[in-house]
Amino acid sequence: MGSSNSSVNNIPNAQELMQETGFSAAHILRLHERFEFLDKHKCGQLRLVDRPTNQPQDFGAVQELALNPIGDSIISAFFSPGQETVDFASFVRILAHFRPTDRNQSRDGAQQEPANSSIRKLKFAFQMYDQDRDGKISRAELLQVLRAMLGIQVTEEQLQSIAERAIQEADLDRDDAISFDEFRKSLEKVDIDHKMSIRFLR
Amino acid sequence: MQRCGYVHLWLLGSVLLICLISGVTRVNGDVALTHQESRLNPSKSNLNQTEHGHGSVITGIPIVTFKWHHVETPYLVALWILVAGLGKLVIEANHHVTSVIPESALLICFGFILGGIIWGADKVQTFKLTPTVFFFYLLPQIILDAGYSMPNKLFFSNMGAILIYAVIGTCWNAASLGLSLWGCHKGGAMGDLDLGLLQYLLFGSLMAAVDPVAVIAVFEQVHVNEVLFIMVFGESLLNDGVTVVLFNVFDAFVSLGGDKIDAVEIIKGIISFFVVAFGGSLVGFVFGLLISLLTRCTKNIQIIEPGFVFVLGYLAYLTAEMLSLSAILSIVFCGMCCQKYINSNMDERSVTTVRYVMKVLANGSETIIFVFLGISAIDKEIWVWNTGFILLTLLFVLVYRFIGVFFLTWILNKFRLVPVELIDQVIMSYGGLRGAVAYGLAVMLDENKIKEKNLMVSTTLIVVYFTVILQGITMKPLVNWLKVKRAAVGELTLIEKVQDKVFDHMLVAIEDISGQIGHNYMRDKWNNFEEKWMTCILMKPSARKNRDYVFKVFHKLNLKDAMRYVTEGERRGSLEFVRNETAFIDFKKKFDDDFSEVMPDIMADTSDDYNPVPSVSLEMHEQTMNGMRPLEDVNSHHLLQQHLYKGRKQHRHRYSRSHFDVNKDENEVQEIFQRTMRTRLESFKSGKMGVAPLKHITKHLKKDQQQKVRASEFILLDNLHYNNNIRASASSFPMRVTYRAGAGIENPAFMPDLDPMAQVQIPPWLAEAEVDSSMVAPSQRAQLRLPWTPSNLRRLAPLRISAHSTDSFMLADAPAAQQRDNDQLPPPPPPPAPPHGDHM
Repeated sequence: MGSSNSSVNNIPNAQELMQETGFSAAHILRLHERFEFLDKHKCGQLRLVDRPTNQPQDFGAVQELALNPIGDSIISAFFSPGQETVDFASFVRILAHFRPTDRNQSRDGAQQEPANSSIRKLKFAFQMYDQDRDGKISRAELLQVLRAMLGIQVTEEQLQSIAERAIQEADLDRDDAISFDEFRKSLEKVDIDHKMSIRFLR
Repeated sequence: MQRCGYVHLWLLGSVLLICLISGVTRVNGDVALTHQESRLNPSKSNLNQTEHGHGSVITGIPIVTFKWHHVETPYLVALWILVAGLGKLVIEANHHVTSVIPESALLICFGFILGGIIWGADKVQTFKLTPTVFFFYLLPQIILDAGYSMPNKLFFSNMGAILIYAVIGTCWNAASLGLSLWGCHKGGAMGDLDLGLLQYLLFGSLMAAVDPVAVIAVFEQVHVNEVLFIMVFGESLLNDGVTVVLFNVFDAFVSLGGDKIDAVEIIKGIISFFVVAFGGSLVGFVFGLLISLLTRCTKNIQIIEPGFVFVLGYLAYLTAEMLSLSAILSIVFCGMCCQKYINSNMDERSVTTVRYVMKVLANGSETIIFVFLGISAIDKEIWVWNTGFILLTLLFVLVYRFIGVFFLTWILNKFRLVPVELIDQVIMSYGGLRGAVAYGLAVMLDENKIKEKNLMVSTTLIVVYFTVILQGITMKPLVNWLKVKRAAVGELTLIEKVQDKVFDHMLVAIEDISGQIGHNYMRDKWNNFEEKWMTCILMKPSARKNRDYVFKVFHKLNLKDAMRYVTEGERRGSLEFVRNETAFIDFKKKFDDDFSEVMPDIMADTSDDYNPVPSVSLEMHEQTMNGMRPLEDVNSHHLLQQHLYKGRKQHRHRYSRSHFDVNKDENEVQEIFQRTMRTRLESFKSGKMGVAPLKHITKHLKKDQQQKVRASEFILLDNLHYNNNIRASASSFPMRVTYRAGAGIENPAFMPDLDPMAQVQIPPWLAEAEVDSSMVAPSQRAQLRLPWTPSNLRRLAPLRISAHSTDSFMLADAPAAQQRDNDQLPPPPPPPAPPHGDHM
């Protein structure tokens, strides 16, 4: 908020980012403030882990994430494989997945799918499970998510049978894993736009 | 054609019935007394009755006396319920009619006919819907049901919009209608009416509210998308608070008279709105908590625990009414608050009972309401025709609804995450049905204060008929024509529910990361609070344990599978199972002791196995037949006697008012479920471990060739026969069979026989003898298990057998399966559709 340099022009590549993600200048500004708040070292990058201590870094500032059962997966979704840092542009690009889908599709149609289209949203959700990014949710990966979410009341065996069943429901080609296509089909009835959008305050 | 016959017959019957009743009523010189009045004055009829009893001179003991007055009120009530119910039956029998005209409209028309008949017989309308009956006996259960089955998450995530529509929209409707009518009156559009501005506003306020009963009735049949539904439905429920306040305020204003109203009174009116609405909700909330608390400790009186829900719900309604708060809001919130807790606190059967009784009551009173709305129309007294007034009201009601909705949505869309689309707005405006609430309020008007009461009542009726019948009929075509997004009706799937949860967590996390305090953030905070405090206080400790959302879905799916499995089993007549619990525990114990050293791994897996042991029993019997082991013979008979299903005869005549579960057969689903859960775990575990002994068995079987298989099978058939005899009609099913018929989902709980572990279970009496060659020993048993193992299963659903190692089974079963197919069962039905066809 009241920061003195509150101008979009101070943010590198702001115009391109706005173009690409559809965020307004006010959005970008706000997100940039947030980014700087998270960026303790003021180096323009958020780190996954602090090298010497191996403690969760930067994102650790968001205390609520520690309580979130799938917080870690979400944090790691901000980092492309192999990378340990994320800069502002990528940060915004990830968040752009959660912008409400634009109603008027005609917004320069030649461009590739914007991040907030349902398919990209779904892809993001898929990656929550697919930790090894092999394009398939294996049983172990599903189990991991389930384990995080279901907590202690459910025994390991029950978890396993739940995972088993969930895979069977979605698994069409019987390879004992859920591919993205299968994932999409199984969620056909879910209103993704609704379920994966949040309101970004200006 | 046949149906037409029914209709005629039934109509004739009802005509006779009603003539009879009205005839009787007249004979007794009690014509003027409407049935509701008499119902509210039981003392009066009692008085009549006592007069009858003592007034006449007793000349002897009468063998039979005709005491109509003695039973009149309850008799009439019961008859009306019956008539309404039968009316619904007839209407619902004609699907091609109900698919075009909604049921509510048909019921009103049915009411017209009945009213006509009564009119013809009595020349006066004897039966009317009175506000007392409507508000005290018919409305509460409908609203309670609405609250109880409210999708809470959906409701609260659209709460803002719903409140805006309910509060501002309703005020707008009331004010605009009242003012416009007044303006038209001043302009001379409706001739000479004795109505002032306040009266018009009062009329506007009673017409303003969208009626929950009518809305539910119509929208239930057109499956619009859930957001649209919850908006209309939520609005119709919540705007009652507004209506009641507006109505009371204007009623008071009318009594006060125009000149005494000053700013203070108006401010008081506004304050009273908040008090009435929030007070009502608070009362409901408190009662909801009370119900939840109470159901925590009703374990010992399970048979009446569903009653508490209804009684306390009704008390919430009455308490709010007593405190002149909004009764409808109260009961809605009562239902919404308690649903989660009572569903997990109460026994599953009680929950089902609550659900069903709720539906029975709600549906029943809805039917009665519509029928009586129809009947009420056939009454010369109330009809006052004023073309201008009536037509203008109709027009304004419709137009202002559209204007209101569009304007409010326009504002809301600026703030909504996913804006309400234009066609949804059209449907929402068009779905502004008025109903019995408006009529009830109109009848409640005081004739002394409002001279034109009858005009208002008849106008209300016309508006109700117009909206319910005409708009109701056109709703469906309109929804189709506009291609409104429909509700996705689909099977419950686990992955969807899991994903739902993931979405929730994800959104919260993203809001956290991007530093927004949004809707998800609030919900997360509320959930944490709820988890921490409310659940602790309101939920049984035992229920708290396994109430995880995803797990519940899993539970439900399993239950469904179990039921489908039972149905399938019934269809195939496969009753050849025994179940056995206590024996198995013993058996296990011994087994464990004997084998835990030999096969520690396997034992660890099965140590808490709780399988029913059909195999044991069957085998025992087979041995008996062979006469090989006389000692075990006794043993087995003992086992069978103890643990086979009891014939139903033994239990059937026992009667108990407080226990429902005498006859175990009725708890089949419950039991099946419990077993399912247990066996599922086992099968899964062992399936995963890929337990080794299977191979040995298979080898042995292969060696043993077909003759042996056949021989044992023969014995087995005999054996089954025996079992069936014992169990006679007990319709119980074993749980240890794969179920896959058409389900598409392999439920491991139903395929324990593919579970290699089962093969190495060795009864204790064999254990000693075969300890050394334990791996090979089970051959006989393995064969015995065949009749209900994979061969059958494959027929049930020749899909994918499983992830378990099954090929050996195929080999082992092939001959047996063929054989049985030939001489026992009809040729296997065509395989069910591939699984993915089912749940796409």
